[in-house]
Amino acid sequence: METREPREQIEISAVINDHAFNGEVPARMLLSDFIRHEAGLTGTHVGCEQGVCGACTVLLDGEPVRSCLLLAVQADGHIVETVESLAGDERLSAFQQAMKDEHGLQCGFCTPGILMSMAAAERHGYPAQTAEREMLGGHVCRCTGYVGIRAAIRRCWESGPRAERTETR
Amino acid sequence: MKPPRFSYIAPRSVEHALEVLAASEEDAAVLAGGQSLVPLLNMRFARPEVVVDINGIAALDTIDITSQGVTLGATVRLSRVETDPGLRASMPVLPQAASFVAHPQIRNRTTVGGTLCHADAAAELPALAVALGARLHLRSLARGTRTENAEDFFLGTFSTTKAGDELLVAAEFPRHDGYWVGYDEVARRHGDFPFVGLCLALRMADGIVTAARAAAAGAGPRPVRLAALESELTGQRLTSSVAEAAAEAAAAEVDPPTDNHGTAAFRRGILRTLVRRMTTSQAKQEAA
Repeated sequence: METREPREQIEISAVINDHAFNGEVPARMLLSDFIRHEAGLTGTHVGCEQGVCGACTVLLDGEPVRSCLLLAVQADGHIVETVESLAGDERLSAFQQAMKDEHGLQCGFCTPGILMSMAAAERHGYPAQTAEREMLGGHVCRCTGYVGIRAAIRRCWESGPRAERTETR
Repeated sequence: MKPPRFSYIAPRSVEHALEVLAASEEDAAVLAGGQSLVPLLNMRFARPEVVVDINGIAALDTIDITSQGVTLGATVRLSRVETDPGLRASMPVLPQAASFVAHPQIRNRTTVGGTLCHADAAAELPALAVALGARLHLRSLARGTRTENAEDFFLGTFSTTKAGDELLVAAEFPRHDGYWVGYDEVARRHGDFPFVGLCLALRMADGIVTAARAAAAGAGPRPVRLAALESELTGQRLTSSVAEAAAEAAAAEVDPPTDNHGTAAFRRGILRTLVRRMTTSQAKQEAA
């Protein structure tokens, strides 16, 4: 909502995983904290709070971004997707299943962010190599050494219809 | 790590943004992509009274390509610079250099204006702006529009000539017709700020360099034009001894920092390597 004067409390209206959120937020509230504490969606993890680790990655209008580097007010008028949106009807998404099958996670702290980046990579039709190198490059995992995650990407990309697509970044 | 309290406003026009900046007397921070400002807020290194979010100003999100050059609006994101077909065709060094910046998740937010105004000495775009003679368009309520050459804009680490009431609205990169232009860098990991980056532009005729422009990132407190390197190359064939002399000239004219990741001598060595690498690859291309 546009106002003429700067304010500390701002009225926002945002959509998170198909739910509309309308209300007032403090200007200083991070989107990551809004998602966890106001929307109650604690699947989005908060690691470094300086954009380095990638654990808090969500989709903003379909593009992966760091939710710790966005203010909640910046979600006004936008659509946010979090890790809770991926599995439906008690079934894991194809990439979630591949991560499970390939042991792509141990402690699971970094996983929600990686899942969101890969969801975007799938939708854009990026080739496996772009997903594996460029997109995964934006995430820090201290457990796996990335071997299982990369295996999951390859398994998922090779088995799905996305293997046909060729768009490159 | 949470931001301190501040007031927030998201103007829809440049004029409104300038009014807010003028009224807040140096206590305002401009929020573009937020990939540097928000960490500074989270760590409380920045404590502005007012945050002016310019993401909603449509007039700043434009790419204008003409026969004279390319003008990038302040809020154009680096993911767009990287993939824009027009830029890829008319000034490929911009997409190429953008792809070195952090990761796709960061480039989805990082803006042209943000990276220029944040003025990290090791950032890619400021070095390109200096090497290519970009002209930066700034506006304020009190003084209207002014245009500054990139070489004069950067004062030092995180420091530019932009006043507190000013907004960088666009960066104009002139075309260098007949030049080969390249950017390369060495970083600890892909996506990190480089130890050193080099933007080199060469105009060739019959195997001889007839003009050269160059600037380095990470080789001093601000992006530096490499005048000695340029004059060492101009009028020469790109032989290995010319490349060697140019590498030495470049290393001698910079004053890189020493930190936990590497010494000044190490960074000079990287600059030498980049000069050799880029001139050699250009010489091969000429021969082919």
